[in-house]
Amino acid sequence: MPVKVAEEWLGSCSGCEISILNLGETLLTVLPQLEFVHIPVLMDHKYFGQTGQGDVHHLDIPPATVGIISGNIRNQEHLEVAMAMRASCDVLIALGTCATHGGIPALINACSDAELFERYYRGSESTDAAADPDDPNLPRMLPRTYALDEKVKVDLYLPGCPPHPDQIAEAITALLEGRAPVLPSKSVCDTCPTRREGKGAVKQVRRFLQNPQYDPAKPLAEMRCLLEQGLLCMGPVTRAGCAGAHGESPRCLSARVPCRGCYGPVRQDGNQMLDMLNALASNGIDIKGVIDRPSLLRFSGAHGRLMNPSRRLPAGQKQGA
Amino acid sequence: MTQTIEIKDASRDFSHAGAGRILNIQPVTRIEGHARIAIQLDESGEVVDSKLHIMAMRGFEKFIEGRPAEEVPRIVSRICGICPWMHHTASNKAVDACFGATVPPAGSKLRELMQIMAHINDKILHFFFLAAPDFVLGPGADFGVRNVIGIVGAAPELAARVVKMRQAGQMMIEKFAGKVIHPIAMVTGGFSKPMSEAERQELYSQCQEQLEFAKFCMSFAKENVFAKLDEETLNLGAITTGFLGTVDPKDGSLNLYDGVLRLMKPDGSFRDFSYQEYTDHIGEHVEPWSYGKFPYARSWGEGFSMDIKAPKGIYRANTLARLNVCDHINTPLAQAELEEFRQKFGRPAQSTMLYHWARLIELVYACERVVELLNDPGITDPKVRDAVTPKAGRGVGCVEAPRGSLIHDYTTDANGLMVKANLIVGTTHNVAPMNMSVRKAAQDVIRAGQVSEEALNKVEMAVRAYDP
Repeated sequence: MPVKVAEEWLGSCSGCEISILNLGETLLTVLPQLEFVHIPVLMDHKYFGQTGQGDVHHLDIPPATVGIISGNIRNQEHLEVAMAMRASCDVLIALGTCATHGGIPALINACSDAELFERYYRGSESTDAAADPDDPNLPRMLPRTYALDEKVKVDLYLPGCPPHPDQIAEAITALLEGRAPVLPSKSVCDTCPTRREGKGAVKQVRRFLQNPQYDPAKPLAEMRCLLEQGLLCMGPVTRAGCAGAHGESPRCLSARVPCRGCYGPVRQDGNQMLDMLNALASNGIDIKGVIDRPSLLRFSGAHGRLMNPSRRLPAGQKQGA
Repeated sequence: MTQTIEIKDASRDFSHAGAGRILNIQPVTRIEGHARIAIQLDESGEVVDSKLHIMAMRGFEKFIEGRPAEEVPRIVSRICGICPWMHHTASNKAVDACFGATVPPAGSKLRELMQIMAHINDKILHFFFLAAPDFVLGPGADFGVRNVIGIVGAAPELAARVVKMRQAGQMMIEKFAGKVIHPIAMVTGGFSKPMSEAERQELYSQCQEQLEFAKFCMSFAKENVFAKLDEETLNLGAITTGFLGTVDPKDGSLNLYDGVLRLMKPDGSFRDFSYQEYTDHIGEHVEPWSYGKFPYARSWGEGFSMDIKAPKGIYRANTLARLNVCDHINTPLAQAELEEFRQKFGRPAQSTMLYHWARLIELVYACERVVELLNDPGITDPKVRDAVTPKAGRGVGCVEAPRGSLIHDYTTDANGLMVKANLIVGTTHNVAPMNMSVRKAAQDVIRAGQVSEEALNKVEMAVRAYDP
């Protein structure tokens, strides 16, 4: 019997869903073993009945063995969908860095919503200034952007922006075979072939305003490590996986550009900003040269890591409660 | 048994529906993003109101403030996982303009090549994976099969070919540029790596194959989809509006990568303007019931109204718009298709369902253009990036994204950090027109309170044509 699968996207861009489609022929091979019961990007199953007349207080997600959610939780609708998915699915997978760590959109956690709305509806170059949208039919914004596991229990984390199709395939195959998936646990550096000559030479990191030194006719293994070339590269503090499962190189490095940390921290609960500043300092690099520190958390700003003063609650109150 | 969740949010109390009732199409499916259609019926079951609510807001414009501008092209790509190359390209153009950077010719050629190759994959995805089920399996087919998986079951050979070609297209980009979803290879001042002769030759032969596939798609669609477009379908969500798209300033031809913006009135008259002048021509209106804004033609001086009988300031973007505004297409096969299209439907063509046809003409153009670019010996020049110096400036970068003219307007400070950003993304141009098409379709398919799954799917088809 095929395994029932439900898929949803919350605060997201659809890149994770495109990565699923990028399984290509592999997807066609496993398709007969899967039965999608809900997946808005591809299929017309609705929350409130197929003729739109169901009870709007009962959000319907059909029961499934496997639930997959991409995206973070930013508004009331996201929260309701996440809870319905949790209730309907035996196993819940957080797909992509927005779901596992907040992802890029969690950068908004460093601003207040008041600032955001002011800029968007009254401070924009092209907009006729107006009051904030306030219709009761729009989902209410939550106090900040949350990773999935801040609101519902998550059984399996597949980070990546987007996750490599190889890890999606491994997760699906493992679940079909009833075993635990084998996922990368090392750092991007551990999978990077660039040449390291040793620390100490670089005292400052510089901005990426010119291409690194390399011979395009030669393989990546003959390019010197970008951090050793003085470019900020998040490889040491970022979970491996973007290279795929077949011995490829990390994807940004293969385009000769530095890693920015899109797989999130090496350990699920790590802090990429603190870890990176530590890594730089222990290599004798002046951390004052990092001009945009919040950006070291540009993929992992949920879990209370990136915080605007206005979003802090009075002492004693639990954040995000 | 179906699991449900009790929702206590007061916002779901539709007491404002009065004596009638509200139909909820939620979520709108087979689109990229989060939307809800609410159709209000009166006591006799006639449509009195409808709204397409844009439900989410992430705030990219706000949270890129303070970031080093050269980092922004690899942040804003996350606005859309289907068209990240478009944001990546427009953003790089905006940053180049802020910093006064020049891009070496090979850098520009590689940028255009990647952006157009991404267009190819996008069009295959939209036509076959998102839109085709309504036409191939029919708008009234059960939702369990009215999807791409249903197409795999109904036409396995076609599906296998489509999946294989789309996959190949994605992997061609990934192999050369490192990362296909959320790209990184375009950089301030150019491109991160040159193209070797071996890479050029390999891509050239693969792109020839894509061109053959595009020709197949066109004839397949003409025979199986477009030939069957009856009056009722052509009239689905039909509205009369103006159009916006990019043309080449030299000859008014279609250009997806660079040029000037052309804003056409419903009567076919138009004005061209540079990217920097966009605020003189385009304004954005806010409605309290949508997080998404409503761009309109400010320069027409008639204000904003979504009244489907007497719209004000409404123009559309995306494929049909581009084919309407361009004078011609500079590649032979696409030009022949455009001539046939214009002979049948005139210029400007208004039927919403023709977006699909226009999308496949653009697919042919994109494949022809990519072959042209790969035939240019200059594309393998090793000089692909000029060093840049951060400084204060303002830059407006624009490209044609699959969903419409994409505008990134950046201001930087003396250190080259972002002071502010204003974005108008492709789909946004079509928010007002989509609302009008929903209203038109809903009024046409729902009568005397008779509501079926097929009727509601037809309302969604009026949205899907815009590929939001």
